[in-house]
Amino acid sequence: MSKQEQHWEKTRGLLFMTLAIWFVFSIGIFLFGAEMNSTTGPFGYPLTYWFTCQGSLGIFVILIFWFANRQEKIDEEFGFSEREDD
Amino acid sequence: MIKGNFIDNLPKVYGIYTGGFLAFIILMAIGEQMGMTSKAIGICFVAFTVFIYAIIGYLSRTAQADAYYVAGRQVPTVFNGMATAADWMSGASFVAMAGGIYFKGYGYMALLVGWTGGYVLVATLLAPYLRKFGCYTVPDFIGTRYGGNLTRFLAVVVLTVASFTYVTAQINATGTIASVALDIPFQYAVYVGLVSILLCSMLGGMRGVTWTQVAQYIVLIIAYLLPVFWISNKMGAGFFPHFMLADEVARIGELEQQFGFVKNAAADLKTVPKGLAGITKAHSAVNATPWAFISLALAMMMGTASLPHVMMRYFTTPSVKAARKSVGWSLFFIFLLYSSAPMLATLSKLSLIDPTLPTGIIGKSIAEVQAIDWYQNWNQANLMFVSDFNGNGTLELNEFFMGGKAVVLATPEIAGLPYVISGLVAAGGMAAAMSTADGLILAIANAISHDVYYKIIDPKAETAKRLVVARVLLVVIGFAGATIAAMEIQGILGSVIWAFDFAMSGLFFPLVLGVWWKRANREGAIAGMALGLLSGMGYLIWVRNGGSGFLGITQLTFGIFGSAVSLVAMVVVSLITSEPSAATQKMVDNVRVPAGKSII
Repeated sequence: MSKQEQHWEKTRGLLFMTLAIWFVFSIGIFLFGAEMNSTTGPFGYPLTYWFTCQGSLGIFVILIFWFANRQEKIDEEFGFSEREDD
Repeated sequence: MIKGNFIDNLPKVYGIYTGGFLAFIILMAIGEQMGMTSKAIGICFVAFTVFIYAIIGYLSRTAQADAYYVAGRQVPTVFNGMATAADWMSGASFVAMAGGIYFKGYGYMALLVGWTGGYVLVATLLAPYLRKFGCYTVPDFIGTRYGGNLTRFLAVVVLTVASFTYVTAQINATGTIASVALDIPFQYAVYVGLVSILLCSMLGGMRGVTWTQVAQYIVLIIAYLLPVFWISNKMGAGFFPHFMLADEVARIGELEQQFGFVKNAAADLKTVPKGLAGITKAHSAVNATPWAFISLALAMMMGTASLPHVMMRYFTTPSVKAARKSVGWSLFFIFLLYSSAPMLATLSKLSLIDPTLPTGIIGKSIAEVQAIDWYQNWNQANLMFVSDFNGNGTLELNEFFMGGKAVVLATPEIAGLPYVISGLVAAGGMAAAMSTADGLILAIANAISHDVYYKIIDPKAETAKRLVVARVLLVVIGFAGATIAAMEIQGILGSVIWAFDFAMSGLFFPLVLGVWWKRANREGAIAGMALGLLSGMGYLIWVRNGGSGFLGITQLTFGIFGSAVSLVAMVVVSLITSEPSAATQKMVDNVRVPAGKSII
């Protein structure tokens, strides 16, 4: 396998992992919205309500930064990162 | 000022700007104490901020294509994040979102999840690759990746349909705010709003829009957060509302139980002014089926990843790496406002309906409520209405009606904040609507000037001529949008959501598969765009005309149907036609690697 193919395979792996986490917090948990809401979540809000107000939103922010860092590492590993950037 | 070391000085420049804006707010507050009228304060806020944007727009003027189309590709990540957040958060987010949460509760929160979750798709599937591509516009990518003028043209069509639907809503919002703040009729205020919008983008194109959007973000976020924190503290609900409103949320639930949601007779509802609604849904309970919630969130997420005015912001970063990080910053800045909207809705609702609070009006006598100053003001503005349906002389929960915009616009006044805050909120709403309108008009005008005029009609046109065409189109499209906005066809939010559905129907899969599926070819892309858009549009028309729809897909989520058709059409047609040329496949390989020269 060429270097480029390996790089793409890893990139794709990271994509699937990121999208799996994304799926859980954008779609998965809301399948059980009614059941979850009777539980008390962070700061005392009903759990599903908290996810829609803050939880899912905040997780997406962190997820994107985590993804960006991981992707940079993959690019560096194969020497595919941009030389210069400002 | 905006040259060379301007980029290095950005934190300083915008730091001074923020300080200046805060000083202006304090100055207005002092003015209020000295007896400035509320009308004068409103005019000062809107006029002063718009004037500053116009100056920034003027200073950013340019005669270079690179600066005009992609701001010279040198916008640092954090600042591009702010600009994207302003680009993204429309008048609807600012003025109507808290209201939507207030009235519809959980079912509406799907929009919050959708409008943020979409950025994960932007960051992973598209933004870095399109940045590597080095295109000026989204159709530029489609046209080059798949080849041929027809693909390029279809992409422009989808972009125009989606963005134009969206932009009329934004111009409408600037008109609404300008008409309230400057006290002029809406039909004229729309054009005042339009001129303000064009001042930012005419001379500097993307460069002008970038630096005004950063300035507009600063104004809109201060204007949104300051009242939320202030109201929360004033009510004694907690000094940091986001973490401390659990009791208030629970209390609203109790009151809902106590009052009950009484259904009004149809004849009674007829007497309520158009556009106003009562509280009929639980605040924090789950009141929508999983599919209703998920389908709406999914449509908004895929729509987010297909809207060209957002995508083109990531063409302005210095590198692929920066584009990825910049998506994270964008969402962070968006998160600041979105996570505050439910808090504002909670504070607003509780302060109105809790009889134990001094501001609570439920349970008071109708005559008493009608004598309150703020009630009279907002009743006159057609945003509040009470009526004694059951004739008992007391205001019940089902007898109180409010417009969605009132949650943001009126709550500061209800909570007893000084008028200076209302002026600030007007300036914030104006900033939000202007920044989005600018991004959208620019996206349409750039696509037509670059992709249709330069790439298809006259590939030999000189830069000067191209930029004249781009600017003329900017004005023409702006006026067309304003003219339609003046007719007031759809409410602000309705047309915003349609824009997402149109964009995802026609563009989501052609864009994503362009990067992630090498086998996707021209014929497939043409089928995907054309059939996707047509089927989405057909579904919308069918449902609007009384069609029953299927699978619970409504007129707000028709993009799910459109994009499914688009995906199937694209895959099938690609597979039965020949695979793309070796050169195209090599181009896709290059796009997937950050290093090296851009494709175009």
